[in-house]
Amino acid sequence: MPVISYIDAVTQALQEEMKRDSRVFVLGEDVGVRGGVFRATAGLYEEFGPERVLDTPLTESAIVGVSIGAAAYGKRPVAEIQFADFIMPAVNQIVSEAAKIRYRSNGDWTCPLVIRAPYGGGVHGALYHSQSVEKMFNGVPGLKIVMPSTPYDVKGLLKAAIRDEDPVLFFEHKRCYRLIKGEVPVEDYTLPIGKADVKREGDDVTVISYGLTLHFALQAAEMLEKEGISVHVLDLRTILPLDKEAIIEAAAKTGKVLIVHEDNLTGGVGGEVAALIAQEAFFELDAPVQRLCGPDVPAMPYSPTMEKEFMLNPEKIANAIRELAEF
Amino acid sequence: MSELNHRELGLTDEQVLEMYRYMLLARKIDERMWLLNRAGKIPFVISCQGQEAIQVGAAFALDRNKDWLCPYYRDLGMVLVFGQTAKDQMLSAFAKAGDPNSGGRQMPGHYGDKRYRILTGSSPVTTQVLHAVGIAYAGRLDGADHVVLTSCGEGSSNQGDWHEACNFAGVHKLPVIFMVENNKYAISVPLAKQVAGGEVWKRAQGYGFPGVKVDGNNPLAVYQAVKEAVERGRKGEGPTLIEAVSYRLVPHSSDDDDRSYRTREEVEEEKKKDSILVFRNYLAEHGILTEESEQELTKSIAKEVDEATEYAEKAAYPDPKDTYKHVYA
Amino acid sequence: MATDILMPQLGESVTEGTIAKWLKKPGDPVSKYEPICEVSTDKVNAEVPSTIEGTIVELVVEEGTTVSVGDLICRIQEAGTAAAEEEPKAEAAKEEKASAKAEVPAQEETSMKQRYSPAVLKLANEHNIDLTRISGTGRGGRITRKDILRAIEQGVPAAAEQPVAAEKSAAPREETKPEPAQPKQPAPVAEAAGVPLENGDIEIPVTAVRRTIAQRMVQSKHEAPHAWTMMEVDVTGLVELRNRLKEDFKKREGVNLTFMPFFIKAVVDSLKEFPYLNSVWGGDKIILKKRINISIAVATDDALYVPVIHDADEKSILGLARAVSQLAEKTRAGKLDLKDMQGGTFTVNNTGSFGSVLSAPIINHPQAAILSFESIVKRPVVTNQMIAVRDMMNICLSLDHRILDGLMAGRFLKRVKERLEAYGPNSEI
Repeated sequence: MPVISYIDAVTQALQEEMKRDSRVFVLGEDVGVRGGVFRATAGLYEEFGPERVLDTPLTESAIVGVSIGAAAYGKRPVAEIQFADFIMPAVNQIVSEAAKIRYRSNGDWTCPLVIRAPYGGGVHGALYHSQSVEKMFNGVPGLKIVMPSTPYDVKGLLKAAIRDEDPVLFFEHKRCYRLIKGEVPVEDYTLPIGKADVKREGDDVTVISYGLTLHFALQAAEMLEKEGISVHVLDLRTILPLDKEAIIEAAAKTGKVLIVHEDNLTGGVGGEVAALIAQEAFFELDAPVQRLCGPDVPAMPYSPTMEKEFMLNPEKIANAIRELAEF
Repeated sequence: MSELNHRELGLTDEQVLEMYRYMLLARKIDERMWLLNRAGKIPFVISCQGQEAIQVGAAFALDRNKDWLCPYYRDLGMVLVFGQTAKDQMLSAFAKAGDPNSGGRQMPGHYGDKRYRILTGSSPVTTQVLHAVGIAYAGRLDGADHVVLTSCGEGSSNQGDWHEACNFAGVHKLPVIFMVENNKYAISVPLAKQVAGGEVWKRAQGYGFPGVKVDGNNPLAVYQAVKEAVERGRKGEGPTLIEAVSYRLVPHSSDDDDRSYRTREEVEEEKKKDSILVFRNYLAEHGILTEESEQELTKSIAKEVDEATEYAEKAAYPDPKDTYKHVYA
Repeated sequence: MATDILMPQLGESVTEGTIAKWLKKPGDPVSKYEPICEVSTDKVNAEVPSTIEGTIVELVVEEGTTVSVGDLICRIQEAGTAAAEEEPKAEAAKEEKASAKAEVPAQEETSMKQRYSPAVLKLANEHNIDLTRISGTGRGGRITRKDILRAIEQGVPAAAEQPVAAEKSAAPREETKPEPAQPKQPAPVAEAAGVPLENGDIEIPVTAVRRTIAQRMVQSKHEAPHAWTMMEVDVTGLVELRNRLKEDFKKREGVNLTFMPFFIKAVVDSLKEFPYLNSVWGGDKIILKKRINISIAVATDDALYVPVIHDADEKSILGLARAVSQLAEKTRAGKLDLKDMQGGTFTVNNTGSFGSVLSAPIINHPQAAILSFESIVKRPVVTNQMIAVRDMMNICLSLDHRILDGLMAGRFLKRVKERLEAYGPNSEI
């Protein structure tokens, strides 16, 4: 299998789906001639032309609103929000419209729409190019939120998102774009939305994570193996809807759970996961469920010292795992 | 009423009579809903009264077999012309399972009907205006020649989405008709406090497409403006903004009391210009509506509304278990 | 001293770049911010400027080579060079490590010993594990889920095997003297919380042994539906036999000849006829035990222990007498070990030894039944249409009604009775 980068997996998925299904088109700021500021749509303009690779005005609400109209009509739009930080003007379109169209029309209308957005920090992006925004949308029924960590998952899940009959927020960690590489099959494949994936088997402590921090967790697990601590790592991959069975199973595996995400602690996905475990796996628990998350400050500062303080890393995660292992 | 003559606009006597019929039907359904509300039978009403000429005139200028509507919550006249019935409206008012807009999930006035290409709407204003642009763009990708009419009030035309939509459609020359139904009030706030400069139609200039202002109490004037906009759209010349000026004859909704912000004298004065009256007189003057045929028409509409009310009142509510349906595919 | 020039991060997601072209060669002077090379990434192409003024010493990366952000690409000898400033960094790192070490918790602490997690309590309950006998490897001596799983796997004392009491000497690495009271720790058994204290009331802290007994009793009574039955046994013959043999026996064997070996023998022989009495409730099945291991209740002043005579069916009266005597001695000396406590399949309880004539014993969970032998008393009894003075004894059987019904229990009890009544003054033992 060829080894490709995380962002190449995005591009490949888009290209293949556009080729496969003429209803698919992409739109967003700078996605056309420029091929996207991160180059995620590179080559698509040349292959599919300006109408299916549409450079929009600088208006996020319009990008989403226009996509919703096109989706209702029967297209499969894939909208790019240049940075997840800039999705806020489109929240009304996403929450009041996309998420509710099927429900409010009693199933008469649907909104098969994908909104892609790079998120996350560790790239000197400061307050407004580093945010994790998933908690803004988590808990909005009608939406699906996919947050993959590997090129394989990116490609399989993005294809699944494009083929899905409902609106999917597809958040891509921008630090992963060129940092994470992995094997991806050449053949067409999709992965199920709403299914978590065990990325490492272990029996001392369970780490539940997604996105960039999932990789940090795997690195931490590697370090701790030498100390005799065996770490089980579950990649949520989809945070809405959560894969409840997989979470309960992973929690029960060790009875000691650490939830890790870059999004802020308060209101983050971790709270929901922890509540689920408390409710469904209480008698399997051998330690209080722990969360290691981005701190509750408004956003990630620009200064490297402060950015480092905000960001998680393998050492911070290893320390938290060790604490649990010793408990 | 202006000098416009329906035959010069290419409308037959039968067509204008049909237009009047729809206007009157919309008015009578609306009046019945107020009665039902005041009788404690339905929780909420939001009215079309005073704007029927805009809605019916505009809908008649569209192709009811291929054009699309992204209406707003007052567009009863418009959706009736496109195919919905008095029964549909009553099922929605009573929140019954058979409500075609939402199966009893949404308040009345939140239209949506795939059968007639009426996109489902919500309560946050002007979100639908962007959807109209998306439908127009999707049509372009398919080489379709439909136009999309989307409407809102003059107060809503201040929303960011409305401006984003005008700009987007202007940039890509999309066949969208932006209809602003200026009824002079956004709940309690009058035009002067809503729209800088007082003229919505002039905003089109900034977006590079034509804007026109028409008498919203004259269905023929509205028809003429929309007809021209449709032609522009089909020819690929881009969007048109139409500001149709009328008056909201009743409070904002069944929960509003307009006596706190406008005088009775003002309302009475505007009622004299009520499009139902004006258009009735026009038809009578042209010998299209006789005393006899008017009685016949009034009777048949009353029957239609009575039957719809009775039917909807007796119809089944949604199964409570349906609360969990249609969250995802 | 040459300065290392590293591949800069050109763009937010960029992690590597290719040196497209060197604009300088070794020996060239460079001024600050003068371009030294062209770098292409998949996001941007850019000229990389020097960060210092000096002379190029070495180009480390060849043109066309892709390197990661932060990799060394060239060295520049800085104009008016100064020494390195590595030291403070290293020291800071050391300090960090030292402070991290200092936080390592003390090893011997046991403050968490009796803080049980839901998982631990559930497993202990499911496998009848006596938590006081497990040593914890968690922080503060906490028993972890893994500790329990290990105990289950290695067959560490299941509580079911000695339901009446926990024996401290059996627990590995525990002190042998009685455990001091631990009034502050919450007992896992339902407490009489909220019992009002009046003047003069004395609160006696519950010891670990007492707590275990309480747990076992509650468990047995809670789980096994107890049924109870009693028969009268005429042991006149047995009494006469024992009276005849006991002095010689003591002299010859060095142990007292009590009634217990006879009772046990009668029980063991009858169990062979009724294997259901020698069984265990297994939830969805009944397990008939092959071995006959008789638990015998031995009381001390403050507790009750139930050591086991293994393979009691292979022992003679003499062997049984020896086993009873040994176990009693060990119990009183606090020297019972783990294997003395394990594997019982039926319990014999000599309540008569303290004068009881009737008792309703609690089953030694998860066994099927327990049999009490009451005091032998002389009573007028009608035999052969005449009133005679006979040595009479009640035997009381509590049975787990899930496993046994009254009929089988009655037949078993009748066989025990018959066997005991069959002894005469001249029986051989």
